[in-house]
Amino acid sequence: MVQALSGQLLIGLINGSFYALLSLGLAVIFGLLNVVNFAHGAQYMLGAFVAWMGMQYLGLGYWWALILTPLVVGLLAVVFERLFLRRLYGLDPLYGLLLTFGAALVLEGIFQNIFGISGNSYPVPALLQGGSNLGFMYLPRYRGWVVVVSMAICFGSWFVIEKTRLGAYLRAGTEKPLLLQGFGVNVPVMFTLTYGFGAALAAFAGVMAAPIYQVTPLMGSNVIMVVFAVVVIGGMGSIVGSIVTGLGLGLVEGLTKFYYAPASDVIVFVVMAIVLLVRPAGLFGKAQ
Amino acid sequence: MNCTTLLPRNIALVAAVAALTAVPPSTAAAQVSNDVVKVGVLTDMTGAYSDLAGPGSVVAAQMAAEDFGGKVLGKPIVIISADHQNKADIASNVARKWFDEQQVDAIADLVSSSTALAVMPVAAEKKRITLLSGPGSTPIEGEKCTAYNVHYTYNTYSMAAGTGRAVVQQGGNSWFFITADYVFGKSLQGDTAKVVTASGGKILGDVRAPFPTTDFSSYLLQAQASGAKIIGLANAGADTINAIKQANEFGLTKKQNLAGLLVFLSDIHSLGLSTAKGMYLTTAFYWDRDEESRKWSKRFFERHKKMPTMVQAGVYSELMHYFKAIQAAKTDDADKVMAKMKETPVNDFFAKNGKIGPDGLHRHDMFLAQVKSPEESKYAWDYYKIAKTIPASDAFEPPDPSCPLVKK
Repeated sequence: MVQALSGQLLIGLINGSFYALLSLGLAVIFGLLNVVNFAHGAQYMLGAFVAWMGMQYLGLGYWWALILTPLVVGLLAVVFERLFLRRLYGLDPLYGLLLTFGAALVLEGIFQNIFGISGNSYPVPALLQGGSNLGFMYLPRYRGWVVVVSMAICFGSWFVIEKTRLGAYLRAGTEKPLLLQGFGVNVPVMFTLTYGFGAALAAFAGVMAAPIYQVTPLMGSNVIMVVFAVVVIGGMGSIVGSIVTGLGLGLVEGLTKFYYAPASDVIVFVVMAIVLLVRPAGLFGKAQ
Repeated sequence: MNCTTLLPRNIALVAAVAALTAVPPSTAAAQVSNDVVKVGVLTDMTGAYSDLAGPGSVVAAQMAAEDFGGKVLGKPIVIISADHQNKADIASNVARKWFDEQQVDAIADLVSSSTALAVMPVAAEKKRITLLSGPGSTPIEGEKCTAYNVHYTYNTYSMAAGTGRAVVQQGGNSWFFITADYVFGKSLQGDTAKVVTASGGKILGDVRAPFPTTDFSSYLLQAQASGAKIIGLANAGADTINAIKQANEFGLTKKQNLAGLLVFLSDIHSLGLSTAKGMYLTTAFYWDRDEESRKWSKRFFERHKKMPTMVQAGVYSELMHYFKAIQAAKTDDADKVMAKMKETPVNDFFAKNGKIGPDGLHRHDMFLAQVKSPEESKYAWDYYKIAKTIPASDAFEPPDPSCPLVKK
């Protein structure tokens, strides 16, 4: 029993680090731009597909994909922000939500039309194949890698935003953009780059996910609802909140799968409802 | 009294005269409601089952209409289609609209059992025909059966009978199920468990995973802990694909074996042979099985750019059978067409001597297939070795007395 439970907890941690990585990008975009980026799931899917296409058509392996894909998707996101999204700043966040949601549907529709719903398989890179027996469970090496890398990225992002001068500019830009501009900082470019960075994080998560899950056009929309719940529970825009909550909910979900599996797809939303009743701003959110 | 006995005789007389004078009988005796035979393909166009049915089913239906000459009894055949999104309420709403406003005579495919079970009573109420190719639940010909339904391609029992029995015979005598938590998954698990136990195997446990599920690692771990030799995947489509992929990742396949209880050609195509190789599965149709199936499938491939799944081939075959029945009955009246469909055996590239029972289930031979390894595969879509033909009598159960149409 204890053995089985520790296995489930470890798996919860693995899934939780995915949630953390995905909700991090969402939190960064919302925290700084005040945009609810519903295209996040589609950007995650795009990341996985760019990695797959790179291998299929250009012969680029996993390691190249890990570096190049976030750049490609980030660049596309920058174009999207320049052409469309920036026109909606200052309006009700609902407009941004609708725009990104529509963009996500279009993107998923295009991929579904080209690649079909069943998608494609992406192999685990040779270096990370196999795994080790931990006594209570068999841990595939690739899953271990996911946890380590996700944690490193999460910590790095938190550090940059909370502890560096660049991060201070970003935070100042959200509070008082005009004042910051007065100090000679190019705020619009900063916003553009932030959106690009958030999308690049989603794409990075997509590349990480490709060897584990089937690369399908709807892989993003399956996970995005949970990730939104994570962000809401953690407190909209709170970076620490989304990381801690991502891991926590991964664990809660893992335990539910063990004790009563049929409830595992609703447990996250039950938690969300309870948290919102008790703390409407989320666990780490600042009440307005 | 006199009138009612006279009338059919008169019609018969007219028909006989018409035949003698070489006028096509259709002009005299045939009755086609609204001067059109309209078939609605109601399927999953964009969701989890859209690769195994979906647009490919619509292509198959159009091919059937064209191959029949575009007309039956001199009236045009029209194929329309809609997306039911795997939702029962959408499916029954579309069906009602089609029957009431668009003169649809028959609805084909209905992939996913919940949509089929929602549409069947609507069709029965309106006396229109349902021709199911996509769904698999056995209640369709059991307690939920209707007089206007044909369950054409497979059911969960036929999958279980093929794969379940074959696996137990090869020594896989202890099972654990990972089951999709809805009517189809439960039906598939129940039927397989029945066959496994009857063949001398035992069931060690199960876990019900919500539908759809992306990450199966937790369930795979439970399956691993059960110590069962065989992990039965009572799910379909994307769920099966992810479960197989992750079972490989977690090293389950080294000590335990997977049995995919409902695996389609489209799943194998997207999984790739290196992940799926060696797996046993049961299928109603394989494109490369014989000359006839190859010939039809290559035509299908030209239009759809993918080889047909058994569901798509089933849509073509069931519609041809339906059109032939209209031709033979000289009317599209649902009662008469159903009677013809049930009394005429199916003989085509899909089924040999298939028979539709009083419960509406089409009983035909099934095939146990094994997925080839990448080395064995010689050309595109060369995926299966047919290990065994399962005769119809073994593949399907006799009519279930819980269906009111079955005489006890």
